[in-house]
Amino acid sequence: MALLEVDALTTEFDTDEGVVRAVDAVSFSVEPGETLGIVGESGCGKSVTALSIMRLLPQPMGRITGGHVLFRGRDLVREPIAQMETIRGNDIGMVFQEPMTALNPVHTIGRQLTEGLVLHKGLGPREATQEAVDILARVGIPAPDIRMGEYPHQLSGGMRQRVVIAIALACRPALLIADEPTTALDVTIQAQILELIKELQGELGMSVILITHDMGVIAQTCDKVVVMYAGKVAEKAPVIDLFDRPAHPYTRGLLASIPRLDTIPKSRLAVIEGMVPGLRDLPPGCRFANRCPHAASACTEAVPPLQAVRENHMVSCARWAEL
Amino acid sequence: MTEALLEVDDLKMHFPVREGLLLRTRKFNRAVDGVSLQIGPGETLGLVGESGCGKSTLGRCIARLYQPTAGTIRFQGQDITGMGGRSLRPMRQNIQMIFQDPMESLNARHTVGDILAEPFVVQRMGDRAWRSKRVNELLNIVGLPARSASRYPFEFSGGQRQRIGIARAIALNPKLVICDEPVSALDVSIQSQILNLLMDLQREFNLSYLFIAHDLAVVKHVSDRVAIMYLGKIIETADSETIYRDARHPYTQSLISAIPVPDPHHQPSRQVLQGDVPSPINPPEGCHFHPRCPIAEARCRQREPELRELNRDHLGACHLAVTG
Repeated sequence: MALLEVDALTTEFDTDEGVVRAVDAVSFSVEPGETLGIVGESGCGKSVTALSIMRLLPQPMGRITGGHVLFRGRDLVREPIAQMETIRGNDIGMVFQEPMTALNPVHTIGRQLTEGLVLHKGLGPREATQEAVDILARVGIPAPDIRMGEYPHQLSGGMRQRVVIAIALACRPALLIADEPTTALDVTIQAQILELIKELQGELGMSVILITHDMGVIAQTCDKVVVMYAGKVAEKAPVIDLFDRPAHPYTRGLLASIPRLDTIPKSRLAVIEGMVPGLRDLPPGCRFANRCPHAASACTEAVPPLQAVRENHMVSCARWAEL
Repeated sequence: MTEALLEVDDLKMHFPVREGLLLRTRKFNRAVDGVSLQIGPGETLGLVGESGCGKSTLGRCIARLYQPTAGTIRFQGQDITGMGGRSLRPMRQNIQMIFQDPMESLNARHTVGDILAEPFVVQRMGDRAWRSKRVNELLNIVGLPARSASRYPFEFSGGQRQRIGIARAIALNPKLVICDEPVSALDVSIQSQILNLLMDLQREFNLSYLFIAHDLAVVKHVSDRVAIMYLGKIIETADSETIYRDARHPYTQSLISAIPVPDPHHQPSRQVLQGDVPSPINPPEGCHFHPRCPIAEARCRQREPELRELNRDHLGACHLAVTG
């Protein structure tokens, strides 16, 4: 059975100009021990999907208006908030892009780490401190016992993100949701953090949802991928299948437009013309139609349903078979 | 290379660090610490490094937004290092900058038309009608509709705002444009549009670029030559093919191996670097890279390596790098 099953999740926000649907009937599943990547550009709904799963939508503007999030068979959408607080941290850990926003600047690293262990695991103060020092050492922080008494501002960006990961993993969650965990970091630090997540995953057997805009990170870390565009799933597939045989023109365009180390210097890059449509004025048909080089009249009339290209490979494109 | 457009020699930018009750200067942040480079006409030099390596400070020194502590900057043979005020003004026409976040570098309270006309006003060029004609031409060159002139920066997307930033930078027909992380804040599909635009403009106007970025794949794509910076110094430089195929400095090698390749079949031979970049206020003795270097020896801890020729047009600052 899947550890997490997201089924037709729909999330809306109240804005000054009316209701906006940021996530529209998104479905995917995560098996135990598996890494799922969610990739897409700003505003595609990938972060809102994560916040919806965790029930951390900004209040009162955001709300889940449809669908289910089944975690070990329990529907998190219908779970009381008090229950969710136990699940967060205990069963599902989270890591966000900017570690400084996840850490409390006025509390020591030690206090922030032991808090969860005392709260969720019921450890005594001494045991919690010992456990916290062990975890800090595990995520590669030198002199962890000294770091315990320091404040977030005393650490570098890479070290802070390690602390956030340590907090997220302190209670050995079954699922880690990491939203752009390395975007604010330098490449050599990014490599350290991705390596660390991989190692810990192997050790703890946890599942990971990795949200990123970086196709390189997806290729190097994920088992399967969901490509999102303007709030909907454009394509989902096992990682090798997605890169070898992308079926959606958006996925193809995205892969073609990345400058790679082995492309010819100063050659023209492939582009996707135009811009993502605003969520307030979405077209009635395929959301990618206005930028798609293959769009036909059928594409602008109705939203194409997700169709199976082959096993486990789904695409939302009316013309995928002809392309 | 023929006559260099820009020649930088042993440039240093040391910022005083004020500390203690009396705010005395006891230490210096050696953000740029002895950098030499040349850029030819129509050439792109890519400058790569991690945060805090001094690449942006170097760009700002060359654009003369900072007064460097030591060294010389020559533009078309003329020493512009000590120039200030009135004598610098004609130079400013020739050297322009593009910044990472156009929202921060564009005045939010001015229309795009005013923003683009401002360089002409400052340089006292043309009358109102001429300026408005030039603004329309500029918008057209960067691929924005003419009606954009009456709008405000916030009405545009990130990619369009960067087009406005580019239009402003090329308004005075500069010879050199310093691009400081021009696409880092943009989405992938927009990034390639902007990179193509920059390469088109270069061909059309024979522009030279100093292209500063942390993303080696992007830099390698747009540059003729690439220089890698670490803690205020250039540690390796070569043409962009060579830097990727034949990197000799261990830092360049680990930088390349750290880039996640967008191909799931690629099995990285990862040299994961340990530790963080040290502080430029208190850099390590000897080679600045030795605490993180996988092959460091005793001499690396004692003596700082000079930037030396490893091969034709290929320089590296490492005691252990092979030559030939």
